[in-house]
Amino acid sequence: MRPQESYTRTAIALHWLIFALIAAGFALGIYMVDLPFSPLKLKYFAWHKWLGITVFALVLARIGWRLMHRPPPDDAIIPPWQRSVARAMHVVLYALIVVIPLTGWLYSSAAGVPTVYLSVMRLPALLVKDFALAELLKSVHVILNYTLLVLVAFHSVAAWQHHFIARNNVLRRMLPWTHPRRGNNGNA
Amino acid sequence: MRRFDLVIKLLVAAAIVLFAMPVAAQTVLYDKSRITCVSRQMSVPVEARFKRFSAQIAFDPAKPAAGKARLDIDLDSFDIDNAEVNDEVVGKQWFDARTYPKATFVSTAIKPLGSNRFEVRGPLTIKGRTHEVSAPFTYKEDGGTAVFDGAFPIKRLQYNIGEGVWKDTDTVADEVQIKFRIVVAALKPASKK
Repeated sequence: MRPQESYTRTAIALHWLIFALIAAGFALGIYMVDLPFSPLKLKYFAWHKWLGITVFALVLARIGWRLMHRPPPDDAIIPPWQRSVARAMHVVLYALIVVIPLTGWLYSSAAGVPTVYLSVMRLPALLVKDFALAELLKSVHVILNYTLLVLVAFHSVAAWQHHFIARNNVLRRMLPWTHPRRGNNGNA
Repeated sequence: MRRFDLVIKLLVAAAIVLFAMPVAAQTVLYDKSRITCVSRQMSVPVEARFKRFSAQIAFDPAKPAAGKARLDIDLDSFDIDNAEVNDEVVGKQWFDARTYPKATFVSTAIKPLGSNRFEVRGPLTIKGRTHEVSAPFTYKEDGGTAVFDGAFPIKRLQYNIGEGVWKDTDTVADEVQIKFRIVVAALKPASKK
């Protein structure tokens, strides 16, 4: 088992951390919007924004890391069309994970509500107050999130297919607690 | 008869208003004046505006101690650009604007702080509670108008603003900044530049 058959530990950690934060931010986002105005709602909105900003910073770190550390090569057994689809999927996922927090930040800016990260760091407003634009950005933020949800579903189903049906290393090389299977795919 | 009573009452009221006004009361230019408050929600400063208020001001920068000011703010004109929040803030737990429609400030003393800076003191009454406040302000004449610009902090819980779950100051801070910019017609006619 050569080390380059797996993603680096940093890449694995960032992948799962970002996943957990997105899942939390997504669930919180859906839950908080329909709450009646209350201190809890204000808290949840603040936490949601902090999660988004954290994801934004981490995904930039992850993209930077990936550019400096090539991901492990694909199994030779995986058909080229699947590799192309997977590659395109990964590009779109990265793009969405960058753009979604940005649309949230833009929406908050246009709504005239500054974001104070972790109650400590005031982030600059990206736009001047404009409620029509805020409504538009809100819709964009929501639509992109549901798009991400659908793509993440495909991404996971593909990973499970590789793991449970094709029984190759595709998922294993991103799992934090296992090592690549030896020798059953002709790639070891 | 009833209509006649009403006319008499209106005349009496008009007379009281006319004669009770300070002699040198200045004309307030409401479309240029603003009263706003900045609260902190989860450390995020959020500004809201009181769209309706009335101000009676008699102030001569040469004789600040003789100056007088009174502000009456319609609390149900609170506007934070969000209908749901407006309704909540006008409601019972915050301003309770039905029972206490106005916030009132009456000056008791105005003193100079040097150059064009002054300080006004007096009781501020909100929601049936009165506390002494003092606000530094600047006075500037510009063309045909004069501008009073100032700000001062209040503690919202002293006035019982935000009851029940809203007492929690981690979410909405106790300190609220009140900002005012009152524009009046200048005492002297505009001088040519």
